Amino acid sequence: MSAPAARPPATRPNIKSHIMRRRILVNRFILLLSMLAAVGGLFMLIWILGDVAMRGASSINWDFFTQLPTPPGTTDEPSGVANAIVGTLLMTTIATLIAVPFGVLAGTYLAEFGKESKFGATARFISDILVSAPSIVIGVFVYLLLVKPMGNFSGWAGAVSLAIIMLPVVTRTSEEMLRLVPTEMREAALALGAPYWKMLVQVIYRAAKTGMMTGIMLAVARVAGETAPLLFTSLNSPYWMDSMNEPMANLTTDLFNYAMSPYADWQRQAWGIAFLITMSVLVVTIITRLALHQRSDA
Amino acid sequence: MKRNIMLAAAALLTVGTIQAQAATTITGAGATFPYPVYSQWAHDYHKVTGVKLNYQAIGSGGGIKQIKAKTVDFGASDAPMTPEAMDKVGLMQFPMIMGGVVPVVHVKGIHAGDLKLTASELADIYMGKITKWNDVRIRATNPGVRLPRKSITVVHRSDGSGTTWIFTNYLSKVSGEWKTKIGNDKSVAWPVGVGGKGNQGVAAFVGKINGSIGYVEYAYALQNHMASVKLKNHYGNFVAPTAANFQSAAAGADWANANGYYMVLTNQPGATSWPITGASFILMYKSQAHPAQGKAVLKFLDWSYRNGAKSAMKLDYVPMPKAVIKMVEKTWSSELRNKSGRAIWK
Amino acid sequence: MNRVQRAVAGDTLFRGITRGFAGGIIVLFATLIIMLWQQALPSIHAFGFGFLIDSSWNPVTNQFGAWIPIFGTLFSTFLALLFAIPLSLGIALFLAELAPTWMRAPFGTAIELLAAIPSIVYGMWGLFVLSPLLADYLQPWLQDHIGGPLFLGAPMGIGMLTAGMILALMIIPFIASVTRDVFLMVPQQLKEAAYGLGCTTWEVVRDVMIPYGKKGIAGAVFLGMGRALGETMAVTFVIGNAYHLSWSLLAPGNSIASTLANEFTEADSDLYLSSLIELGLVLFLITFIVLAIAQWWLRPRKMGADQ
Repeated sequence: MSAPAARPPATRPNIKSHIMRRRILVNRFILLLSMLAAVGGLFMLIWILGDVAMRGASSINWDFFTQLPTPPGTTDEPSGVANAIVGTLLMTTIATLIAVPFGVLAGTYLAEFGKESKFGATARFISDILVSAPSIVIGVFVYLLLVKPMGNFSGWAGAVSLAIIMLPVVTRTSEEMLRLVPTEMREAALALGAPYWKMLVQVIYRAAKTGMMTGIMLAVARVAGETAPLLFTSLNSPYWMDSMNEPMANLTTDLFNYAMSPYADWQRQAWGIAFLITMSVLVVTIITRLALHQRSDA
Repeated sequence: MKRNIMLAAAALLTVGTIQAQAATTITGAGATFPYPVYSQWAHDYHKVTGVKLNYQAIGSGGGIKQIKAKTVDFGASDAPMTPEAMDKVGLMQFPMIMGGVVPVVHVKGIHAGDLKLTASELADIYMGKITKWNDVRIRATNPGVRLPRKSITVVHRSDGSGTTWIFTNYLSKVSGEWKTKIGNDKSVAWPVGVGGKGNQGVAAFVGKINGSIGYVEYAYALQNHMASVKLKNHYGNFVAPTAANFQSAAAGADWANANGYYMVLTNQPGATSWPITGASFILMYKSQAHPAQGKAVLKFLDWSYRNGAKSAMKLDYVPMPKAVIKMVEKTWSSELRNKSGRAIWK
Repeated sequence: MNRVQRAVAGDTLFRGITRGFAGGIIVLFATLIIMLWQQALPSIHAFGFGFLIDSSWNPVTNQFGAWIPIFGTLFSTFLALLFAIPLSLGIALFLAELAPTWMRAPFGTAIELLAAIPSIVYGMWGLFVLSPLLADYLQPWLQDHIGGPLFLGAPMGIGMLTAGMILALMIIPFIASVTRDVFLMVPQQLKEAAYGLGCTTWEVVRDVMIPYGKKGIAGAVFLGMGRALGETMAVTFVIGNAYHLSWSLLAPGNSIASTLANEFTEADSDLYLSSLIELGLVLFLITFIVLAIAQWWLRPRKMGADQ
């Protein structure tokens, strides 16, 4: 405590360099931890993915993409999940087409117009609550809303329940990303005489694009592996669909049924589906990212 | 970008609609346990007739709910509905396929069929009253078997399931204490043990924990080469879980006097009857609003009764005895009616 | 209309549209709550407020109380955030500042990919791969070296700790990716000014980047937290699913979402079903309270860096 007083001023630089050294040490330590966290995350991904790939990659072949499912133990005919691939693609695409415009526009309001208003605060709070809705509860909700009144399970109902799960994630990430676009950019655009909405669409959305894309990809990834919301809405089917108005095949319900079954060939198929889902999300992410980059370069 | 997505979606929709054809489609939903065998039958039936039968495993509770809500053509449940509950909504039920529940153990040196247990021992293990493998009573039942001084870890299902319903139904029949303290349902308040999700979860725990006991479906125990236990049946014999012993439980059962086929195949008489046998049921409305659809369901079921036995046994299910099938089909013609009261089956 | 009028009209229209969609979220939520409330009425009438604090759950006697799942939900989510927040901040920092440029995009995608693994795969991986390792190595070590009431009971490899770890893994991509984007959007001038003052990287992060993106990071944490509170299948496989109340990290427990996943499809009595739906409502209530507390805690104080 009394050290500074007792020491002659001449030693001050030493203290400073001591503090400096400590700052550098702390810095290095934190950066090391950060690197370890990143490497750890990557390690877990490789571990889990490697496990899934090892068990699942062998199921992936031409039949897997082109044939219909078969009962367990079938050896005399080819077996695949073609109908489920199409069903999942259809429902996820429709869900994305509903949730993305809805979520981005709602997020825009929260970030641009409703920052301080009570209305905006309520909508923001509610989106945060909606994120935690267990997927099975959303399934039950859509069941009550669509399936029961219409009297049958349908692909539409499945798509709607996926959209509801995506919505809050898209909304909140869009909001956060729009908010972070620096004020100067807005001012510059407005100073050029652009109307506010034009400024938003042409300048701010463009600036926040990458971040918003992250949100959308996370939302898609979130629903890609969900069984519970589909169980009571789209149901599932071993056949090709004739329309969106009937029970629709999907990968996740197949995955769940196969994984929980006693039969080795179905379990292998389950791992194949898990591998396919993860890989598809990877490929879609990479393609959209590349497309975004090219667009912004041009 | 967005336009591209739209185009892709539109393309997918057309792919979907090209497949359109006027084949009959039947939807059924419910119990998880018979899902593989119903899929097998539907697959084979589709090849023969072109009829699309879509059965989905959403749980027995779900099956009952969906048939009540009329979102499906038939429901399926592992636990039979009581005649009163069916009468309230105008449903009927009948058994379609059988299976059994098998206690499995993981004790070093004990293989399938080595260990024998009486009903009361099994109940007391699951109530936490027998806690060691070398308990006096277990030793007395198993002379000559070397049992370790290990604690017993009890494993049960964590999810609601017909398997648990059958298992606790058996324990309630053989132990008065179980019946009053715990009871019979698809999930119960277990006094001891850990819960695994599905047969998978139970098998994982039993496989991992030395000194554990669990219960799984017969097909599961067989496919995964688990160490099953011999149980003392109602007759007093120790029997192994085999397809023949399940059938003997079904054959010995008094179906003719079971009102609304409310029949649980646990603890049935018969020298070789496996005591924890169960049937899975189909639920349909007695008065069919769409008789053509109802008839299509019956045709499929009839076809499966006649031609499905072999494929069922291949998947380790147990087909219904012929006598029971005859009885069920007679019930179809006497109970299933269209709106104007005419029988829709024969 | 002249140009200015047109611009103003366009602005009003645009604002109206976005407001409509924000309102749509409120309407959606209100419908959801009303429909669930109707379904939950039998249980609400039967058990009243006692439902929240009663710790019995017995389908045979039709006696239902939510306390154990409530406790398990909070406990497992707390653990998940405890593991995930520091790790995610570390990953975000690495991706935004430290990693060589060529590495950033692929590495970032890899972390996001953690969110794409189906939750049943997390569950089965947790059950078959992670939990045996925990049971054989980590948990006995924790008991021997730390001990205490937090580590009581047989090391089975499943339970709260495992659930917390799996959940952490599942929410890291949410928190890390959004935080990375937040870090990337911190204006370069701000960072350069701080470096110019002689700040170390960590100091720039601590004193410039985190305060600048505070709200965004909080939003990311809320996203992760919401995910953890409602995650179903993965938790169901590893939490142990026992209706026991214990502070031990090694003890099996239960969460609201796992109870729903376990019992919803098989429940057939009306009271049972409506109790499960009420449980779903309780989860919304929990999220509401936790978020309210978090926002009160994060409310803008004198140093509010943004706005």
